[in-house]
Amino acid sequence: MKKNFLILGIVSVIFFFFIIFYLGLDKENTYEPNIVVNKKIETFTAEKLFEDSQVNSDKIFTENKVYLLNIWASWCLPCQKEHEFLMRLKNTHSVDIIGLNYKDKLSNARKFIEELGNPYELSLRDKDGTIAILFGAYGLPETYVIKDKKIIKKYIGPIDNKSIKEIITYTK
Amino acid sequence: MKYIIFLLLFSCLTLIANSQEINNQDLVNKISKNIRCLTCQGQSVYDSQSEFSESIKIIISNKIQEGKSEQDIYDFLVEKYGEWIIFEPKFNKNTFLLWVLPLLLFLVGGFLIFRNFKAVK
Repeated sequence: MKKNFLILGIVSVIFFFFIIFYLGLDKENTYEPNIVVNKKIETFTAEKLFEDSQVNSDKIFTENKVYLLNIWASWCLPCQKEHEFLMRLKNTHSVDIIGLNYKDKLSNARKFIEELGNPYELSLRDKDGTIAILFGAYGLPETYVIKDKKIIKKYIGPIDNKSIKEIITYTK
Repeated sequence: MKYIIFLLLFSCLTLIANSQEINNQDLVNKISKNIRCLTCQGQSVYDSQSEFSESIKIIISNKIQEGKSEQDIYDFLVEKYGEWIIFEPKFNKNTFLLWVLPLLLFLVGGFLIFRNFKAVK
C-alpha cells in the first residue's frame, strides 16, 4: 500500500513536469515586454533632423491631441517597407506623425527621407538610442499612439493598412 | 611652496574624480550584468554589444550620474520593459512559486531521504 502510494507520487510528479515541458514546447520563446500603455510619456529634449536646433517634448506633444511617434532608421529594412504606409497615413491628414530617427548617420537619414518622402510633421534624432528607451522601445520600427501625453497604443514592427485604420479610429 | 601645495591638491582632486569614475563604471557593469538583452535573448546587457544593450548601458550610466540608486534604475527599467528584463526576479505574487517550489522540493526530498535512511537503519 505504502509502495503503491510512493509510485503514484513519483508518477504524478513526472507527469506534472512532462505536462509543463510539453506545453512549453509550443510556447514562443522570444519575449515581448509588457506594453506600456496609459502611462504618461517622459519629458525629453531632442535634436531636430533637418535643423540645427533642439526641441523639448513638452512643446511637441500637447494635451487634447493625438500624435503618432514612429521610431525608424535608414539602416532598418522593415522601416523602408513601412514607409509607404506612413505616407498613406500622412495623406489622410488624420494625425500628426512625429519621426524619431534612431542611431543613424545624419546624411543617410536625410537621404532616406528625400528619396522616399517625408511623412513626418517633425523629425527628431535619437543619436544614442536613449530617447527610444524612454518609450520602452527595443527594436525597429516601433510606433506609438500618444493622446493627452499618454501612450494609448504601441505597434511593434511595421505598421500596415490594418494599423492605419485602427490609428484613424483613435483620432476620432 | 605654493606651487607644491597647488600640485598636491590638484593630484588629490584628480585621484578622487578618477576613483569616482571607476566606481560608477563598476556599478554600470554590476547592473548591466543583471539586465537581460531583449534583442539577443540569453545574453546580458553587459555581454551584448547590440544597439539596444549599448543604449541601456548609456541610460544606466546617465542615471548613476544623476544620483539614482541601483534600485531606482531597476525600477525604471522594469517600468519600461516589465519584470523579465531583470535576470533575478523579485519575490511577488507572480514569482513566488519560482522561489518557493525549489525550497519545497528540497524539503520534501530531504524528508523522504531521511525517512528511508531511518527505515533502513
